[in-house]
Amino acid sequence: MRLTTLQKILWIAAILASILFVAGRMWLPAQPQISSAATGELRPQFDLPDGADRMRSSTEFRGQWLLVFFGFTNCPDVCPTTLSEVAEVMEGLGRRADRVQPIFISIDPERDRALGIDDYTAAFHPRILGLAGDAAQTRAAADSFRIYYEREAAEQAPDGYTMSHSPGLFLIDPDGLWQRQYSYGTPAAQILADLQERF
Amino acid sequence: MRPITLALPFILVAGAASAEGCPSWQIGDLTITNAWSRATIGTNRPAVFYAEIANAGSEDDALVTISTPVAEMPMLHETVVRDGVASMPHAMSVPVPAGGSVGLAPGGFHGMLMGLNAALAQGESFPMTMTFEKAGEVTVEVGISAMNARGPECLTDGS
Repeated sequence: MRLTTLQKILWIAAILASILFVAGRMWLPAQPQISSAATGELRPQFDLPDGADRMRSSTEFRGQWLLVFFGFTNCPDVCPTTLSEVAEVMEGLGRRADRVQPIFISIDPERDRALGIDDYTAAFHPRILGLAGDAAQTRAAADSFRIYYEREAAEQAPDGYTMSHSPGLFLIDPDGLWQRQYSYGTPAAQILADLQERF
Repeated sequence: MRPITLALPFILVAGAASAEGCPSWQIGDLTITNAWSRATIGTNRPAVFYAEIANAGSEDDALVTISTPVAEMPMLHETVVRDGVASMPHAMSVPVPAGGSVGLAPGGFHGMLMGLNAALAQGESFPMTMTFEKAGEVTVEVGISAMNARGPECLTDGS
C-alpha cells in the first residue's frame, strides 16, 4: 500500500501528537485542587500577635503578596514539609522575595506560644512570620480564610491531643484578595512558577 | 495511566540516588534505604522518621513497630488528607507488598518520634530498629537532615 503525501503528513502529525501528549502527562504536575472560595472575591482578615506579642493585622501587608499556612509546631510531617516548600519558594524568588510575606498561623496557639513560634519558623526561613493568638482570634482568622481545624483527643500524643487541619497554602494578592490555594503537596517549583507569572 | 506517568520520574530519581550510595540495610527479602529525619529544636516537639522499604520476595510483609533510643514513644502514623483536611491517624502497620515497595515519606506514612531524649542535630544520626511481621528486626542508622530539608542528605545537599 502506498501512502499519499497527505496520509504521511497525517500519520506524522498523529505520532507527534501522541508523543507530546505522553510527555505532557509525564511532566505536567497534577492539577491542584481548587478551594471553594472564588478568586478575587474573598478578602481574608486576621488580627493576631506575633512571637514578640505585637499585634499584626492583614491590612498592614497591603502591597505585598501573602503566602498563608495554618498549622501547629507539634506536627511532625505536614507542617515541616509545607514550610520547607515555602522556604524553597522564597530562595527561588531571589530578589523578588521581598514582594512576598510568608505567614504561619498557629491553630494550636496556646501550646505554640509556650513552645516558642519564632525559633520554629526561623528554622525553615527567616522571612516566615509566625502568628499565634488566643482561641477567638485564631477561630476568626480561620473562618475568614474558610479553613477547618479541630483539636482531637489522642491518648498517646504529646499532651493528649493532636490537631487536624486544612493543609493548603493560600495566596493573597497585594490588595488583600484571596487568589488561590496551593493544595498540600504542591511542589515548590510549581508554586514558584505560578508566582513568577504574577509579578 | 496518570499515577504511573506521574510516579515515573520519582522512581527514576530513587533508582539513581541509591546507585550513588545512600546506605541500605537488608533483612530477608527486604531492603531499607533513604532513612532520614529532620533536626529538631530541643526535645519538646515530636521528630519524624522516613525511609524506603523494598520487598524483593514473593510474600507480603508489613512494618509493625519502630523503636529507637532517642525517643520514649515512637509510633507509626499516616498523614491522611480527606475532604481537604489533614489528620494523622496512628497506623497499626505499614504494608510492604511482595515485589513492591513502600515509602515512609512526607505526606504519607511516617514514624512520629515522641518523648525525645535529646534534640536531633543536623548531620548526626541515630539508630532505629524496625520490626517486620515476617522478616523480623533490622536496625538502620537514620541521618538527620536540616529542619527544612525535603529529603535525606545523601540524596540532596540537605539545604
